[in-house]
Amino acid sequence: MFITALLAILVTMGLALARALAGPTTYDRIAAVNMFGTKTVLLIAVLAFFTGRSDLLDIALVYALINFIGVVAALKLVTQGNFHCPDCNESEARQGESK
Amino acid sequence: MKSFSFVVLLFLFWLFLSGHLEPLLLGLGVASVALTVFLSWRMNIIDHESYPLHLSLKFPGYFLYLFREIVKANIDVARRVLRWRGASVSPQMIEIPLLQESDLGAVIYANSITLTPGTVTISLSKDSLTVHALSKEAASELATNAMSKEISNRVFNQ
Amino acid sequence: MIIDILSWILLTAGGALGIVGGIGIHSFHDFYSRLHAAGITDTLCAMLILSGLGLQAGWSIAAFKLALIFVFLFFTSPTASHALANAALHSGLKPRLSREDPAEQNHHD
Repeated sequence: MFITALLAILVTMGLALARALAGPTTYDRIAAVNMFGTKTVLLIAVLAFFTGRSDLLDIALVYALINFIGVVAALKLVTQGNFHCPDCNESEARQGESK
Repeated sequence: MKSFSFVVLLFLFWLFLSGHLEPLLLGLGVASVALTVFLSWRMNIIDHESYPLHLSLKFPGYFLYLFREIVKANIDVARRVLRWRGASVSPQMIEIPLLQESDLGAVIYANSITLTPGTVTISLSKDSLTVHALSKEAASELATNAMSKEISNRVFNQ
Repeated sequence: MIIDILSWILLTAGGALGIVGGIGIHSFHDFYSRLHAAGITDTLCAMLILSGLGLQAGWSIAAFKLALIFVFLFFTSPTASHALANAALHSGLKPRLSREDPAEQNHHD
């Protein structure tokens, strides 16, 4: 029963990987990597039931969070060229004033 | 009140995730809840906006509506991907007015639009949203503001 | 038995929808349209597969964890899509709209 879903998810991951390699823009690649990550979460979840090891669900849970943070971080690196927060100092100063 | 319910919620979260009731693990749970609450207090993020407890009872009804919309939109986009019975794509960029008064309402609206496949909120300003739609039909359905009205009705009881 | 059949149907439908989304990110012509195809796999496909697994899990901690995975995906996927679309627009990537000549669309690939 789970093997069909596993194969389908693997095919989808392959298609997403092909799009990530093909581009053409950086944003296409990041979107494809995001989709690949979502499919990985599902793959781990199905695998947990396939092998009967429910601990794997915790890994899927953590992966769902890390995937999002990773995508946003990669996006920030691509758009800004660094991880700095351009108006952090300003907003900190504003918070200090309001306190 | 708010911090208290936050602590209870976090601890229940820990219990459900671990599923163990040994003293050691419960102690670790208490420690991590304390750390989390301290950090969120220091970051000043436990407030009305980021932790909308007062709305949590109203969300299920809205989720049912949103779920129906997501299923409908998914079938529509899948048809367009497969070119089923001559369905085709005609990408549109439209600007729709933002009728939500609160920031929370605006965020719920923008997220709901993005969550239904076929429409993606590209940018959000004070009184309008820029949306990329996959088809003319999806764009014209958005232009009726039906979803915005549902949010006002179901979440904010207006 | 009925539960097994039902969860098989859900899992297969979810997998099929995932493949449709995978085809979509290859057959659409511009970045913004591909985002919609990726949206299919993030929403209904994930829902179907997770609920299919949930039926197998029954009322247990595993089902709760599946629900949590679903909630996380449900909240993070629109945020990620919006961040991507917004960043792409600000970087000057123009969406290809349907007003353009359809004959020209085939040339660009």
